[in-house]
Amino acid sequence: MSFQEQISQFLLSGLTTGSIYALVALGFCIIHNATGIVNFTQVDFITLGGMVMYSLLRLLGVGQLAAFPLAVGAVAMVGALVQRFTIQPSRSKEVIHLIFITIGVSIVLRGGIKQIWGKSSMALPHISGEEPLRLLGATVLPQSLWVLGITLLVVVGLHLFFTRTLTGKAMRATASNPLASNLMGVEANRMVMLSFALSGTLGAVAGVLITPITTLAYDVGIIIGLKGFAGAILGGYGNFFGAVLGGLLLGVLEALGAGLVSSAYKDVIAFVILLMVLFVRPAGILGRGEARRV
Amino acid sequence: MERNRQLLILLATALGVGILPVVVRNPFYLNVLNIVGLNGLMVVGLNLLIGYAGQISLGHAAFYGLGAYTSGILTASYGWSPWPAMGMAVGASSVVAYLVGVPTLRLRGHYLVMATLGFNVILNIVMVRWESMTGGPSGLASIPPLSIGEVRFDTDLKNYYLIWFFTMLSVAACVNLVDSRVGRALRAIHGSELAANTLGVNTARYKSVVFVLSAAMASLAGSLYAHYIGFISPRSFDIFFSIELVTMVIVGGMGNLWGALFGAAFLTPLPQVLHFFEEYKDILYGGILVVMLMFLPKGIGGSLGSWYHARRFRKILAQPR
Repeated sequence: MSFQEQISQFLLSGLTTGSIYALVALGFCIIHNATGIVNFTQVDFITLGGMVMYSLLRLLGVGQLAAFPLAVGAVAMVGALVQRFTIQPSRSKEVIHLIFITIGVSIVLRGGIKQIWGKSSMALPHISGEEPLRLLGATVLPQSLWVLGITLLVVVGLHLFFTRTLTGKAMRATASNPLASNLMGVEANRMVMLSFALSGTLGAVAGVLITPITTLAYDVGIIIGLKGFAGAILGGYGNFFGAVLGGLLLGVLEALGAGLVSSAYKDVIAFVILLMVLFVRPAGILGRGEARRV
Repeated sequence: MERNRQLLILLATALGVGILPVVVRNPFYLNVLNIVGLNGLMVVGLNLLIGYAGQISLGHAAFYGLGAYTSGILTASYGWSPWPAMGMAVGASSVVAYLVGVPTLRLRGHYLVMATLGFNVILNIVMVRWESMTGGPSGLASIPPLSIGEVRFDTDLKNYYLIWFFTMLSVAACVNLVDSRVGRALRAIHGSELAANTLGVNTARYKSVVFVLSAAMASLAGSLYAHYIGFISPRSFDIFFSIELVTMVIVGGMGNLWGALFGAAFLTPLPQVLHFFEEYKDILYGGILVVMLMFLPKGIGGSLGSWYHARRFRKILAQPR
């Protein structure tokens, strides 16, 4: 393989994982904008997406086409329930308490997943076969194309949702000023619940798409989720476009680093890049950091 | 008045800690108490950062590990004597904490969370992969114990006194700090960073000072741990332990120095107690955490405090005029 082919190989695989990070980063952003917290259950939404998909395909014999939306819908429901039964009734509304409630829920979810699906890893079938294709001198799995395509679809869909629909606009209104939007008849709690459902959706899509390529185990979401969070911070926390950019960039740099420098330290690379960017531009690439109305 | 009361509590606690081993003879329980002491040492520092400066670090296990590995490597592989190695470890951890924390502490929000989390993940992977230096996943063994003159701290009991000496010392230092100019500045930051800033408090500087201090305390705990157990492995220093430490702060009561010790004393043995429930232990641990946060947001220490104040208030009201 020539050097150029190698590079395009790394770029393609980087964009694939980067898309997954971008989806997860978007999930983190939506909750951040709605509540100001970091939602660590995002990590388990990824795993849960893959797990539910596995059960639908392997145990219930549902077809790929029907299983995908069902799995995503189920995790969206879990997201809404998490908000309804832990975040909403919490007596303290302090950000740090809410963040640690999500960490507690994440421990519970992971315990539950371990209980239901067991500790051993499983394999999820690819959406359309595992016969690699040749593209721009690189070898690609059809699954990678699915990842890229569906991510693009989701990002465009999300953009349209937030700019064109009444519910989306209401969610943005709540994020920017809960009191004012409440006075306009928008119920803040419902919007926050909806944002948890949305982040569940994004996590599940990421999980369903990536677990056929990696493997499926009860803790697979942790490292993917943390890198998604890193992507969100890298792009500028809370900024949607930044989240997509940060996720993709992280994926590509990680693939290049793993391929050209050291694959043993693959998981280190993403976080080293993150620390380096934070060192120079603490608010992230597109973040504005301190700008804040008083 | 308040200062005297704090001093009294401090002396009483120190006395209690001092005579506890007379009752507790079982080495297993002593070992648990020692770990409680080490966690307490870290949690007290972390509590300053979270409860007073309002910043979250999810990377304190990394500083704990940095202390343990610096001490362990310098003594076991390079033949340093333990005390200078420990000093070196604390110094190195402080510098690293400064580099990790300072850029993000200039900002508000969750940037420190990610920076510390990322740092923890990096350090943990390096501990596993850099086998020639760290011993890799199987860990680093034969770390010598600390000694003062003829006394070698090589039993659970001797280490109990050593560890708790440092823990109580740090509590005393923190009690003092909170009651000083720095403490007032920190409380002002927690109340309103903007207001503190306009009143001339250099908020970024105070936040970094507290972050570095808490990291140094974690590193000290790590060194003590390495010399006490004599063996360290990467698993003790992963992000889950960082999460556990912050949980101890929150469950104990943020901004409540004594609460921090409660948190450590309550949560350190909890996983072992929950072991009876075997596969359900994660669900129970997480569940307890969620329920406590939802309904006891002030933590054990804070709730005890308000209960005490409410009782005293009722007593004053009940007095005949």
